Amino acid sequence: MRLELKGITKKFGDFTANDQIDLVAESGEIHCLLGENGAGKSTLMNVLYGLYQADGGEVILDGKPTKFAGPGEAMKAGIGMVHQHFMLIPVFTVAENVILGHEPTKPLGFLDVEKARELVREISSRFGFDIDPDAVVGDLPVGVQQRVEIIKALISDAQVLIFDEPTAVLTPQETDELMEIMRQLKDEGKAIVFITHKLREVKEVADKITVIRLGKVVGQAKPSDTTEQLASMMVGREVDLSVNKDPANLGEASFQVQNLTAFSPSGNKVLDDVSFEVQRGEIFVIAGVQGNGQTELAESILGIQDKVSGSIKLEGKELLGKSVKKVLDSGVGFVPEDRTEDGLVADFTIAENLMLDRSDRPPFAKGIQLQLKNLHEFAGQKLKSFDIRARSIFSKANQLSGGNQQKVVLARELSRDLKLLIASQPTRGLDVGSIEFVHEQIVAARDSGIPVVIIATELDEATQLGDRVAVMYKGKIVGVVSPDTQREELGKLMAGISA
Amino acid sequence: MKQSKKTPIALIVLLLAASLIVPNVGGEQLEVQIATRTDLFPIPNIILPSQGFATVMLALMLAMTALSVYLTFVRNKKTPLIAVIAFSFGLIMAVLAWLFSGATMTFTTLLAGSLALAVPLIFGSLSGALSERVGIINIAIEGQLLAGAFTSALVASVTDSVLLGILAAMIAGALVASILAVFSIKYLVDQIITGVVINVLIIGLTSFLFSTLLADNISLLNQPPRFERISIPLLGQIPVIGPVLFNQTLIVYLMYLAVAGVFLALFKTRWGLRLRSVGEYPKASDTVGINVFRTRYMSVMIGGALAGLGGSFFTLGQVGAFGKEMTNGAGYIALAALIFGRWNPVYAAMAALLFGFALNLQYALQIVGSPLPSEFLLMLPYVLTVVAVAGLVGKVKGPAAAGKPYVKS
Repeated sequence: MRLELKGITKKFGDFTANDQIDLVAESGEIHCLLGENGAGKSTLMNVLYGLYQADGGEVILDGKPTKFAGPGEAMKAGIGMVHQHFMLIPVFTVAENVILGHEPTKPLGFLDVEKARELVREISSRFGFDIDPDAVVGDLPVGVQQRVEIIKALISDAQVLIFDEPTAVLTPQETDELMEIMRQLKDEGKAIVFITHKLREVKEVADKITVIRLGKVVGQAKPSDTTEQLASMMVGREVDLSVNKDPANLGEASFQVQNLTAFSPSGNKVLDDVSFEVQRGEIFVIAGVQGNGQTELAESILGIQDKVSGSIKLEGKELLGKSVKKVLDSGVGFVPEDRTEDGLVADFTIAENLMLDRSDRPPFAKGIQLQLKNLHEFAGQKLKSFDIRARSIFSKANQLSGGNQQKVVLARELSRDLKLLIASQPTRGLDVGSIEFVHEQIVAARDSGIPVVIIATELDEATQLGDRVAVMYKGKIVGVVSPDTQREELGKLMAGISA
Repeated sequence: MKQSKKTPIALIVLLLAASLIVPNVGGEQLEVQIATRTDLFPIPNIILPSQGFATVMLALMLAMTALSVYLTFVRNKKTPLIAVIAFSFGLIMAVLAWLFSGATMTFTTLLAGSLALAVPLIFGSLSGALSERVGIINIAIEGQLLAGAFTSALVASVTDSVLLGILAAMIAGALVASILAVFSIKYLVDQIITGVVINVLIIGLTSFLFSTLLADNISLLNQPPRFERISIPLLGQIPVIGPVLFNQTLIVYLMYLAVAGVFLALFKTRWGLRLRSVGEYPKASDTVGINVFRTRYMSVMIGGALAGLGGSFFTLGQVGAFGKEMTNGAGYIALAALIFGRWNPVYAAMAALLFGFALNLQYALQIVGSPLPSEFLLMLPYVLTVVAVAGLVGKVKGPAAAGKPYVKS
């Protein structure tokens, strides 16, 4: 099957997410769509899959122009999608999830459960998956859930398969296995469109590469091109992918976490006897696949996690059990993983967001009165020194790009007198330019002589930024290693296999 | 994972309450009448020593509480449902022994009446199940029941036909549900607020129409024919089971069909699978080509029709005429039954039966002349609702997308 996208244009209001995009996917071929977050990759695929309607251009299948009013029609035409956020229903079984939308039935619309199980088993065995059709999807590990998603795409006999950022949630090993599955699908004659921003993966499996930037195709690339070439094409300028930092100038271990154990509201153990120390002038990275207790660890330190026991000491003072305000006042800077949810008030201006944590004290307040003049002066300075690209300090936070939002958060957190900086996935979803900036700021914080704790889910970030790397798995720290440890070694730790 | 301590604590509290009651069981004996006139063969009345019987039941409750405490605190396991059921049985029996001691308890009649009184609750909870399983929180059950009650009285009076009455009730219920559906699906209004507003609206509307229209023309507009008792041959003559289950009115038989039908449709058919997927994760349904909006409209309105049908019980089954606000909170109890029954139509029906029993007990006790003041008895079903939902339900998750409107990007 041959799929051709011709001149696809999609606008959201004034914003053109896709501008005249062309793309061809042919059977027996893996076509990578490479671009940064926000470049318009997912929009393009949602247009193809019928989730969005294009404002211009056409989709041509085997020479015939087609239009999909919805995903149902796209599926019927032989297009399957493995979504970035799995389209699986956690409380349904594997079989129920797989058949949803094209259920085998007996008379009167009764489900043919046995046939559904058989379908799952059949496709599983073709790819060497070991999946129980009756397992409840929510109980399965993420990697297995993705396989269910793949089976689901294959069940309608899809000839074109779209993988939308499929590796974001996987361990390195699982990523390798996914690559293998993609090759196998290619050998079966499927046309594969692989959307990603990870250069390593592109180089590994791509037959063809199309790079898009700001909604436009900027060109084709070859898998044999160097990582730097691909990166500069994707970003639009020369980029330095490594983190520049001098050797750490270590001081005493001023931040100590001991025997930290925490339970989720539903009673699950989310932190299991976690202990570590961070020295002044050191970046301590906590790596691991998302959902292994990192969020709870950060929230425990900040004081918003319930049911925690153990001890968290900063310069000899206990933080555990104190209110968030007291913790912040004792010199903890916190960059949350979800900046739009926890880092900013979306409807507030940049200036207001910059004083969220200090709105009750000088220079921003005198008694019960806000000192707006001081605030505006302060915000103006920060706008410049953190290179926040906005019309003015009165722009609302939700009008900023992700990179600029993160700069606002950093500007706020770093302009206090810090004794500790905690940043949770500080570069998640940012463009390369902003990533460089955020990394610089974090290194600068380290060099100012405070301990820094970074929670990272991307291995590259963990090893480049960290002076030491701890790996978390199921609420435990399973190993603390040096950042030049082999990738495979770290991958094993992330999968819970202790060295 | 740590087990919730809620169940053993609830059991201990109830056990303490029961142990206060049991020593006060007065009277020598408790006479239980099981036989009814239609039985195939006569059954003698059972005579129990009331104090002894209550003590045995207390022992049963104690054993179940001990089991629950042991499982939760020592073995870190969940208390099995059967233990909770056994406990509840013991509690109910002990309370009955206390209340009916020295009198004759017409056990079979008590059960048959409970079933009948549970009918609108069950239909209401089916409406809730269909609506919430598809992702729309249904507070408007009360309004649907009331609309059904009013319409069936009016239409059945005018046409002199019970069947046309219930047909009209179903249409009315579906219409009320469609208001809920349109506001929550199309206009994305908060579903709980919409539901409450609908209830207030229907109470006002039916009360207004009742005063202006029905009250002056009672014989023409508010004197509907009633459901007739239909005894199913043979089945109806089996002792206990017969009079309870098979010597009932048409609407009770319809209720059996509705519970089984909704259960099978929800969990065994393609239709139900799609419906539940929409209630859990509508975007996932959308990406496999399921029409989220149509599924939601359809399911909510079918639910409304069932609740409307249930509402006809008040006028055509129980009272024989429409009265202002006659549903009296049944819609909310139905909602409680739905949650108690974990959004499963069969469990919800069982929970509704329990509430029906409490309602009927209140009537039965007024006749016997019980030691409890009648105001307290009026409270009974509601107290039971609170205790059941708060204490024994534990942590259950409803459909994940319930209450969240789906917006297509």
